[in-house]
Amino acid sequence: MIKKGGQITYEKRGDALVVHVCGEIDHHSAVGVRTGIDDRIMAERPTRVLLELSAVDFMDSSGLGLIMGRFALVKQYGGTLAVLDPSPAVMKIMKLAGMERMVSILKTKVK
Amino acid sequence: MKNNRVDFSAAVENEMCLILPSLSVNEGMARAAVAAFCAQLNPTALELADIKCAVSEAVTNCIVHAYREEMGEIRIEVKLCEGRLIQIEIRDRGCGIENVKQAREPLFTTDAEGERSGMGFTVMESFCDELRVTSRVGRGTSVTLLKRLHK
Ligand SMILES: Nc1ncnc2c1ncn2[C@@H]1O[C@H](COP(=O)(O)OP(=O)(O)OP(=O)(O)O)[C@@H](O)[C@H]1O
Ligand SMILES: [Mg+2]
Repeated sequence: MIKKGGQITYEKRGDALVVHVCGEIDHHSAVGVRTGIDDRIMAERPTRVLLELSAVDFMDSSGLGLIMGRFALVKQYGGTLAVLDPSPAVMKIMKLAGMERMVSILKTKVK
Repeated sequence: MKNNRVDFSAAVENEMCLILPSLSVNEGMARAAVAAFCAQLNPTALELADIKCAVSEAVTNCIVHAYREEMGEIRIEVKLCEGRLIQIEIRDRGCGIENVKQAREPLFTTDAEGERSGMGFTVMESFCDELRVTSRVGRGTSVTLLKRLHK
């Protein structure tokens, strides 16, 4: 019943790196997700990173820290980061934190 | 505001107590267990998601802040009260909070390097009907979440 948190897969779309995260993002899973993503980002330094979060069924404030941390990392080398198709759970907490004013949120899936 | 306060004296209809060591793997365990217990009141999916998130915040704070690198006990007490009121207390015997009022402010964190956003208490407060925090430096912290379910 307890789902494993934060499996990641990657996909190249032109010069963008799409990072698909699924499962639950909390403090426990964020550690592994963070190191995985950062290794990949620093190896490739993509001009655009898209964090695709449609399959994240749980996220708490540790996820907010995770998104902001990756945002800062990508910005450091002159890239941009956006959140792609956040699940309702992700959207709810991002809105609460006012994060849509800092990080752009893109929606492609019609729900 | 005062009239909206949740009545603490509501009769308890069922209760559960959970004691866990402060291992991060228990964050998921704690919120799942509390949600499973609360499910007997037939909450909506949204209400259950709110409870899970608030519990996760409080438990994570025990692990990250109260005990830091050390191991300690996290005590979770859930009471299902008359009138579809859920009362969840999460307690630690960790370092305590010097200034609770400041800690509850949005974006306040003592751990910016750890990529914390300082939104934990704000999440608990807005996903529940009421949040009560008492703390003593060197003794520990008690966080009580109150959530009233739809009729
Ligand atoms: N159980 C606790 N014991 C000791 N200090 C705590 C406890 N809970 C919270 N704090 C203090 O209150 C501050 C605010 O907590 P809050 O959960 O709002 O934010 P955070 O944990 O720092 O960041 P986030 O929850 O967004 O990852 C913490 O930085 C910490 O200093
Ligand atoms: Mg917190």
